[in-house]
Amino acid sequence: MNDAGTQGMRVIQAGPLAMIEDGGRVGVRHLGVTQSGAADWVSLYWANWLLGNAPDSAALEIVVGGGLTLEVERATRLALVGADLDARLDDTPLVPGKSFAVREGQRLVFRQPRDGLRSYLAFPGGLEAPEVLGSRSTTPRERLGGLHGDGQPLKVGDRLAWRGEPVDPRSIPEGLLPPMPQPGCRLALVPGAQIGEFTGSSLYAAFNADWRVDDRADRMGVRLRGPQLMSLLGSMISEGIPLGAVQVPPDGQPIVLLNDRQTIGGYPRLGALTPLAAARLAQCLPGQEVRLVAVSRERAVADYRWVMRNFSDGGPASR
Amino acid sequence: MRAGIETTAMDVLMVRLFDTIEESNMAWIIAADRALRVAFGKTLIDLVPSYTTLMVHYDCRVLSHGEAHGRIREALEYLQPADTQAGQRHEIAVWYHESVGPELQRVADRAGISIDALIRRHCDHDYCVFALGFAPGYGFMGLVEEALATPRLETPRRKVAAGSVGIAGRQTAIYPLPSPGGWNILGRTAVPLFEHARRGDPLLKPGDRVRFQAVSRDEFEAQGGDTTPLEERP
Repeated sequence: MNDAGTQGMRVIQAGPLAMIEDGGRVGVRHLGVTQSGAADWVSLYWANWLLGNAPDSAALEIVVGGGLTLEVERATRLALVGADLDARLDDTPLVPGKSFAVREGQRLVFRQPRDGLRSYLAFPGGLEAPEVLGSRSTTPRERLGGLHGDGQPLKVGDRLAWRGEPVDPRSIPEGLLPPMPQPGCRLALVPGAQIGEFTGSSLYAAFNADWRVDDRADRMGVRLRGPQLMSLLGSMISEGIPLGAVQVPPDGQPIVLLNDRQTIGGYPRLGALTPLAAARLAQCLPGQEVRLVAVSRERAVADYRWVMRNFSDGGPASR
Repeated sequence: MRAGIETTAMDVLMVRLFDTIEESNMAWIIAADRALRVAFGKTLIDLVPSYTTLMVHYDCRVLSHGEAHGRIREALEYLQPADTQAGQRHEIAVWYHESVGPELQRVADRAGISIDALIRRHCDHDYCVFALGFAPGYGFMGLVEEALATPRLETPRRKVAAGSVGIAGRQTAIYPLPSPGGWNILGRTAVPLFEHARRGDPLLKPGDRVRFQAVSRDEFEAQGGDTTPLEERP
């Protein structure tokens, strides 16, 4: 552990959005507090794995890049997984999916998305920040979490510290790290109980149309553009909303709800993307085409367990 | 207790107890909340009660769908309604004034009464807390008497001040944090709802009862209230 107050990295330029995120807030949604946490949790988990951290340790979620510049004040080893944001360590391009050593005085710059939208920068032992309701995740809307506990994204002058020491370098075994979603990428959806309330033509369209990610896309939800879907339910009494819920407001354009969604809501739903599919959607830039593919609950759970095995005993960490 | 159990996501089940919003639902919702927490124990990730439902998010690495379904059935089989008198009763001081409650006139006009009568009638009822949601510590309360029911604003405000007390339809609520919102705002309270929620112990819990009390500007300020007028609508 570092001595209290030891810093290790300074924010020189903030970029459009970089926030501390971890596995999110668990067990607090009945308070009206959102789940929060890394939107592409799979990339977060791998970034932490590369450093030997607990998979849900706090890291930086860097959206778009846009000039985010960090200056290293203390040598260490970092890991970068997720989108290719044309990141450089001084003049050396950084390829996501690997860990790398940094020296005092070097600068990390994240420029613009080349493949995917969000990149995760992990630190030894996870980033230091106050735990708020059991998590360090930043939720600006709720003023919770982040570096100072008040929900603010990183800003110029912020100084980052981490909680552990670097371990021996390790690399992700071939084929385990999912690529960033490509055009037409298929998003697995578990149909929900209200699916029978949609018209037949809407159901056909939902699973056969190309959906385009709208500009209105953030950590709360991603709006999809395509054929108009019609539900016979209209609006309902508000009830809990799971991660990935595909809700259809009266304009017929579905909204997929992600980590910072409200805890309850009253629009009819087709079902919910699987957690793996929600992580993939979080990497899609506006304009990208996606497809919705219905899967069974059993298949979704099997896929999820398969991925989670990487991060538990018997996973590649212990092989 | 007869309950519908619906698939909501890969690892989420919706327990549906009722079809309509009634104050009498709450005794059952609270009892079901307790029973489900016991039944799931450490395999529970989150439990989100609402007006008529409870959403159960369980750990699908350790529980199968069938096991989760079974635990819900067992938990609800011999359910008895909770004692609603056990819920807390809160008296919440509100400064009703047009500078911080710009829809006082609109709601009064719709009801065909004076602003003073509106304030009296908004304060003349114990409201039931139905559900938390929208923001940390935000409690949806009701039911507001039919005559005062007012639909949401056509264009929501970009920013409603923390502590704002509003009406939408037959519900009433307090904004714990500054946030966008479309409710008709009548006044403001100094009660720090957000700070309670941030500590994990919200002031208002489902099944609690709330009575509003009109206070003067001086009293509101003495309680630490912020008298900055609500922003103009965009």
